[in-house]
Amino acid sequence: MERMNTSTAIRKFNVSEIRKDFPIFAQHEGKALYFLDSAASSQKPLSVLKAMDDYYSTTHANVHRGVYHIAEHATELYEGARVKIGRFVGAPSPSRETIFTKNATESINLLSTSLTRKMLKRGDVVVLTEMEHHANLVPWLIAKDQFGIEIRYIRVNDQGYLILDDIDDLLKDAKVLSITLTSNVLGTLNPVAHLARLAHENGAIVIGDGAQYVPHIGTNVTELGLDFLAFTGHKMLGPTGIGVLWGKAELLDALPPFMGGGDMITDVKLDSFTPNELPWKFEAGTPPIAEAIGLGAAVDYLENLGMDQVRAHEVELLSYAFERLEASFGDDLIIHGPRNINDRGGVISFDFKDIHPHDISQILDQSGVCVRAGHHCAKPLMRHLGVTATARASFHIYNEPADVDALVDALAKAQAFFG
Amino acid sequence: MPGLEDLYREIILDHYKNPRNEGTFPTPPAIKAEGHNPLCGDELTVYLILDGDVIKDIRITGQGCSISRSSASLMSVAVKGKTLAEVDRLLKIFKSMMSISTNANGDPEVVEPIEYSERELGELVALQGVVKFPVRIKCATLSWNTLVQALEQRVG
Repeated sequence: MERMNTSTAIRKFNVSEIRKDFPIFAQHEGKALYFLDSAASSQKPLSVLKAMDDYYSTTHANVHRGVYHIAEHATELYEGARVKIGRFVGAPSPSRETIFTKNATESINLLSTSLTRKMLKRGDVVVLTEMEHHANLVPWLIAKDQFGIEIRYIRVNDQGYLILDDIDDLLKDAKVLSITLTSNVLGTLNPVAHLARLAHENGAIVIGDGAQYVPHIGTNVTELGLDFLAFTGHKMLGPTGIGVLWGKAELLDALPPFMGGGDMITDVKLDSFTPNELPWKFEAGTPPIAEAIGLGAAVDYLENLGMDQVRAHEVELLSYAFERLEASFGDDLIIHGPRNINDRGGVISFDFKDIHPHDISQILDQSGVCVRAGHHCAKPLMRHLGVTATARASFHIYNEPADVDALVDALAKAQAFFG
Repeated sequence: MPGLEDLYREIILDHYKNPRNEGTFPTPPAIKAEGHNPLCGDELTVYLILDGDVIKDIRITGQGCSISRSSASLMSVAVKGKTLAEVDRLLKIFKSMMSISTNANGDPEVVEPIEYSERELGELVALQGVVKFPVRIKCATLSWNTLVQALEQRVG
């Protein structure tokens, strides 16, 4: 595989060139495919597919075990991907602090489980927000049911921002603040660095849910002030089945293991075990090797474009979409979340007249426009918004103004149909 | 790709925009059940007033897409005034029309096709096109499943 020098070779951002790297668009040549659902899962460039294919074709063996050459090479590739991915989010010690999981959901479950096994006790306070994805809600609700932790919520205002008037009270004596960096429904970019500082002043540890952030915006865990960061591969051009938990080494060291099994131990006796060192202490059993390598290739691809360009492209598309949707439908179309484009990530959730999101998405599908319709795994936020579902269009690097145009045209059809 | 007109027949749009038998009944005397489609967040509540083995009256409230709302409205018209045996027959016909081949546990099951006439189906035939859109079948069947749950609330 071609090695890319990420420090120097920033590529010119050209969407039609980028689209050529994604086989799915070629598959649909001649047939319309306006893919506006990357917040659910992004498409994959050929380099990611090839990295995984090459690994299986030439190097497959289990990692951390064999002493024969392909096993050693597999381990090198797997551990190399770890370092690359850790660096991508600014991990100070990427080889120790980057833990592979199945997805962001598992990363948060790892934390809620390991924290309640040791650090959190009955009555301890965990602060969340009302805009969390179920992945950052249900693990804590389980901890509440099983261990009696208390959950406090930062509420959301009508503009889609967190209400911080009473933040000092909410964070008082809190042990954990776990918060999404970007809302998967509202698009809101939360003031995480500010909240992390306040939480730390109260002695709380800070967990960031970066599932919708890391794929789109250059991320540095230290600048964000995080103690832990969860994110997932398949939303950032990588494969499914691979997620990441980054954590500060001293905190990870202090936590007990999550799952038990092979690879996560240094010794096992009939009545006890000694956990392995970081990061393997948290990786029980054969890990998703090919997926980690694929995610490493996805990180190469993004770094080659440069995350500043990735974000700039997204802001451009957001501006264009806001402009076109407002000009075409005015008050008939209500966009949830902040009006200021700079305060939001690349998702646009909307209500369109009284047309149910499911019907919208069905009619859009007839024109080849793929959007998500539903509650977006954020039912408490849906209740706050007073809806059971919304339609959501979301962007990534391969989207272009033509996708927005197709969305607008298809929405006009829906309007005509349901009148 | 099947066309939109297969899915959104005129009768469906009419029942969606002007749902029949919409509302609630006090319980008791009514019995009720709530149905949810966790996939899309659709929810509805079916209220039944039974007179012996006849569905004397029915009302439905809820939120959902055009298919789930119109199917509920069409169902309410179809079952009102019918005996439970007649309702059971309609349910079987409806499920057969939707090509539902799973049992109550959701496991695959071979279903014997049922012989029925279009006259028996009445306006329900408008939902026939839904079967070409597999993800929407659940929308159409939500009200029927909720009706079954409501009938299970029956005492005696």
